[in-house]
Amino acid sequence: MHLTNQEEKMLAGEAGFAVQKSMQILTALGEIFGADKMIPISSVQVAGVSYYNLGDAGLEYLENLAGKGAKARVKTTLNPAGMDLENWRELGIDEEFAGKQERVIRAFMKMGVTPSCTCTPYLVGNEPGRGDHIAWSESSAVTYANSILGALTNREGGPSALAAAITGRTPCYGMHIEENRKPQVHVKVDAKLAAVPDFGALGYVVGKKIGPKIPLFEGIEGAHVEQLKSLCASIATYGGTALFHTHDATYHQEEAPTEVLTITRADIEGALRALNDETAEVDFVALGCPHCTLDEIKTIAGLLEGRKVTREFWICTARQTMKEAEKIGYAQKVRAAGAKFACDTCMAVAPLKGRFSVLATDSAKACYYGRGTNDFKTHIGSVEECVNAAVTGKWS
Amino acid sequence: MELVRGRKISGGTAEGLALVSHEAISFFGGVNPDTGVITEKGHELEGTTMKDRVLVFPNGKGSTVGSYTLYRMKRNGVAPRAIINVECEPIVAVGAIISEIPTVDRLERDPLTLFQSGRRLKVDADRSVVEVSD
Repeated sequence: MHLTNQEEKMLAGEAGFAVQKSMQILTALGEIFGADKMIPISSVQVAGVSYYNLGDAGLEYLENLAGKGAKARVKTTLNPAGMDLENWRELGIDEEFAGKQERVIRAFMKMGVTPSCTCTPYLVGNEPGRGDHIAWSESSAVTYANSILGALTNREGGPSALAAAITGRTPCYGMHIEENRKPQVHVKVDAKLAAVPDFGALGYVVGKKIGPKIPLFEGIEGAHVEQLKSLCASIATYGGTALFHTHDATYHQEEAPTEVLTITRADIEGALRALNDETAEVDFVALGCPHCTLDEIKTIAGLLEGRKVTREFWICTARQTMKEAEKIGYAQKVRAAGAKFACDTCMAVAPLKGRFSVLATDSAKACYYGRGTNDFKTHIGSVEECVNAAVTGKWS
Repeated sequence: MELVRGRKISGGTAEGLALVSHEAISFFGGVNPDTGVITEKGHELEGTTMKDRVLVFPNGKGSTVGSYTLYRMKRNGVAPRAIINVECEPIVAVGAIISEIPTVDRLERDPLTLFQSGRRLKVDADRSVVEVSD
């Protein structure tokens, strides 16, 4: 791999320990993936923030790095943490966990990272533009950045994203190279998709059928941000792709791929059935995977008005989005009904195992983590169905 | 003395007894960071510690948080002395670099058949070679 003079100096340790270690990580990854050079990046999103996943190992590493003077050189934000950083008690997080999680966040802040903990950084100020090279980690955000924003990023691991932040560089391979971004499967959506769960179901079906191949979607033009982020989350979770194309976002070529996959309404219904377990009771309702937009909070607030929830109900969102909802008055309606905001965190990374047994959500991705990480049974349905479940405790 | 060439992933030199796994290893969730013992159910090395061994295995798998597990093992003094992979991937590469564990991959001969557990190996990652020293 070719390094510039400046990069050689960074690797030799002339810019300090943290930069040297980070350069070692990036050059090793570059060798493994066949990169021929480093490229400058303008934005980083670091995963590996929840203490639930990091453990003491990750905490020690981050504190050590911060103590040795590591500093982010570009705009860097974080993935959700294991708790709401302010309101963790109300979410049932214990003292010891909270103390460790706070140390994680302090270490990142010492490194100059903005402690905005969200899987939707593009909604709250970390929004790269078309053609920008970036290094993001969280899989739905990576897919959104590549597919909707037209930025270029591989799916980074936590440590490699942090190394990119510290050096301002990433090895040039994979999604950073235009010819690797061509669509490989033409996915014709021959089904009317309604609410958010339908888009999650679409990602589930397509992800399972094509794996990490790059699809070109036809038939979802005009989808709005809530639907697209849900599709990004589920297709990355169930398939592994970091990029899809749509005619109105990123696809501008003349020739569509010859491999065709047609998705019908029956496929969508089948996916929704597969994500719904046979059980009528619900004891945990969580929306916001990926994190809720202001518009989603508005809808939830409207549905909750004048009602009381009887089950634990989390609305997962970025702190900044919740604060906007407070200014307008949506947040007050949500809280008056007994529902809780879970800012900076979510149902996938908080320590929830053993606390609940049946999750209701509108997110196909949340079903995956609910089942896999937390051993929950799951229900997927519209926001209306989820709010009803929070009020009645039943899935109908 | 036999000398086998490979590719440097993480620099340094270390010597120890080989521990060979024919299966991939998940460091996050599959290895106890306080003891170095492989805990993955049904793994061919379940119950064996990798402490102070030259760990030979195909590649890492699982969560990228596994890189931090290697780091914790090193801090706890239970990490392998060196790593030889068939084909290194980012979890092990990053973990080895931040933990300063000499690591090589892509040897000119398949390390899983060439080396047996208990052979004394010296990994000189800076020169990209493995020496069989017994």
